[in-house]
Amino acid sequence: MSFPWAKQYEPKAPLMRWIDEKLPLPRLAYNAIGAGYPVPRNLNYFWNFGVLAGAALLIQIVTGVTLAMNYAANGGVAFGSVERIMRDVNAGWFLRYAHANGASMFLLVVYVHIARGLYYGSYKAPREMVWLLGVVIFLLMMATAFMGYVLPWGQMSFWGAQVITGFFSAIPGVGETVRIWLLGGYAPDNSALNRFFSLHYLLPFVTAGVVILKIWALHIPGSNNPTGLDVKGPQDTVPFHPYYTAKDAVGLGVFLLVFAALIFFAPNLLGHPDNYIEANPLSTPAHIVPEWYFLPFYAILKSFTADFILPAKLWGVLAMFGSILLLFFLPWLDNSPVRSANYRPTYRAFLWVLLADVLLLGYVGGAEANARNVILGQIASAYYFAHFLIILPLISASERPRPMPNSITEAVLEKHAGTSPTKTAMA
Amino acid sequence: MATYDDRLPPGENPALLDEAVDDPRRRDFINVAAVAFAGVGVVAVVLPLINQMSPAADVLAQSTTEVDLSKIAPGQAIKSQFRKQPLFVRNLTPAEIAAADKVSLSELRDPQTLAERTKEGKKNWLITLGVCTHLGCVPLGAGEGENKGPFGGYFCPCHGSAYDTAGRIRQGPAPLNLHVPEYAFTSDTAVTIG
Repeated sequence: MSFPWAKQYEPKAPLMRWIDEKLPLPRLAYNAIGAGYPVPRNLNYFWNFGVLAGAALLIQIVTGVTLAMNYAANGGVAFGSVERIMRDVNAGWFLRYAHANGASMFLLVVYVHIARGLYYGSYKAPREMVWLLGVVIFLLMMATAFMGYVLPWGQMSFWGAQVITGFFSAIPGVGETVRIWLLGGYAPDNSALNRFFSLHYLLPFVTAGVVILKIWALHIPGSNNPTGLDVKGPQDTVPFHPYYTAKDAVGLGVFLLVFAALIFFAPNLLGHPDNYIEANPLSTPAHIVPEWYFLPFYAILKSFTADFILPAKLWGVLAMFGSILLLFFLPWLDNSPVRSANYRPTYRAFLWVLLADVLLLGYVGGAEANARNVILGQIASAYYFAHFLIILPLISASERPRPMPNSITEAVLEKHAGTSPTKTAMA
Repeated sequence: MATYDDRLPPGENPALLDEAVDDPRRRDFINVAAVAFAGVGVVAVVLPLINQMSPAADVLAQSTTEVDLSKIAPGQAIKSQFRKQPLFVRNLTPAEIAAADKVSLSELRDPQTLAERTKEGKKNWLITLGVCTHLGCVPLGAGEGENKGPFGGYFCPCHGSAYDTAGRIRQGPAPLNLHVPEYAFTSDTAVTIG
């Protein structure tokens, strides 16, 4: 694990030596996120987002555990207990706004992190397992975010739960039975609210466990970098601490500024006013939309309007889940040996198209389902799948990559000093 | 009572020591039996853990509802609740019945006649769940002045599914007609649902 030139942990204080002999936990931390982890020297700010996602998870766990001290998961009192948190509990408004906006920040940071992985080919060999674990974390986050949104028991909470559990009734034959089992009743009620709270509390810790596995898997090949080249020697790396702890701290500062701006100046910007109306099983809100981070997937769900062999509803659900499960196969859909899009002109162009496509899906997901938007959503959904299943394999088979530097160090020196070591030492 | 198992040093292949080895060996059999027995125990423990999520007795106890029909005039509908789900009880006008009967079954996504969806001799009483078969929203059309959609029955605002005067799906993404629960007339003006 890690490179042979990694710095070794050498505790000096007798207490630290004593601990290192009995339980080498400080050694583990030193090797994982300290000076003992050599990292490519050329990482840009997009490499902040993994650490930022970890920070966001920590913020969600701390604010969530404290909110749970004041929340009651019972259909009769849940809405009132959230209002009590907002009005009566000391700093309750702060904890709740931090938790609700923290979820948005978490998803935002993770989307940038995923885009970074797509651009720089971080999903490719030898880091496939890192990518797969990342997709697992994404799925866990989505489940956690959905169940958390149900807990305030407002109108959007209730009808979100109704619609999302309704997905399962699309399964042929056993669908309705599965849905009733998931809800513990025929419609969302106390039983559903209770189990969602239980799982909403559990899953972040499961996520934290997968995060540890992911860091473990990452440290075997080491971090990718903007050139996508492999590390060739000690000159290509710097220790994680203090170089990247400092760089990540800058990014964390910016993250916290944006986060604070949301909490203190626009705490309800990303929410829906309907969720301040208590859940009413007899009245559906005029316009049910999920939170912003689910809109692209919601657009894919809505794109299927006609039966074709299978019912339209089942197609929609399959496509929506398929759009995420597809990411599990990405490392094998893209066979190009070049990682970074900086040296893949065709791939890079299509990646920007994909980004625009996902943003368009997000727009359609939140917009009214009129004829124009349905067509737009269908085109954008089709393109999403075409990108991964058709365009990507074709590009990786035919594309001619741009000339690449010989090493990370050469790329760095070319950029900054102009003296290419190709003509000196490396040649 | 020496067997070849007793003579066999750990890790050795018994076939080399003795040609006449049983297949499977007694030790293999004991291993399989022990693991299988533990497996039965695991299943016995997992079942209640899974089944605790099914509807509890108090939830199931809410599974009958009585509705008084005497105050519903022709053309009117009421919303009630059955198993915590909205229930639409609608007194169809003769015109609405005629409109529903006029539709040929071949035009329908989920072919059913109005007679099949109501009780004999009570064709004007359309009793359905108020749960859109697409993703479970409550369709509009039961309340006074609500949008009944292009087919004069119910209209789901979530994804635009339209139902006709027999509660049958006519347009939009929903796959099935509005569900007709089991019910029985206890008198001319009262029904028991469930």
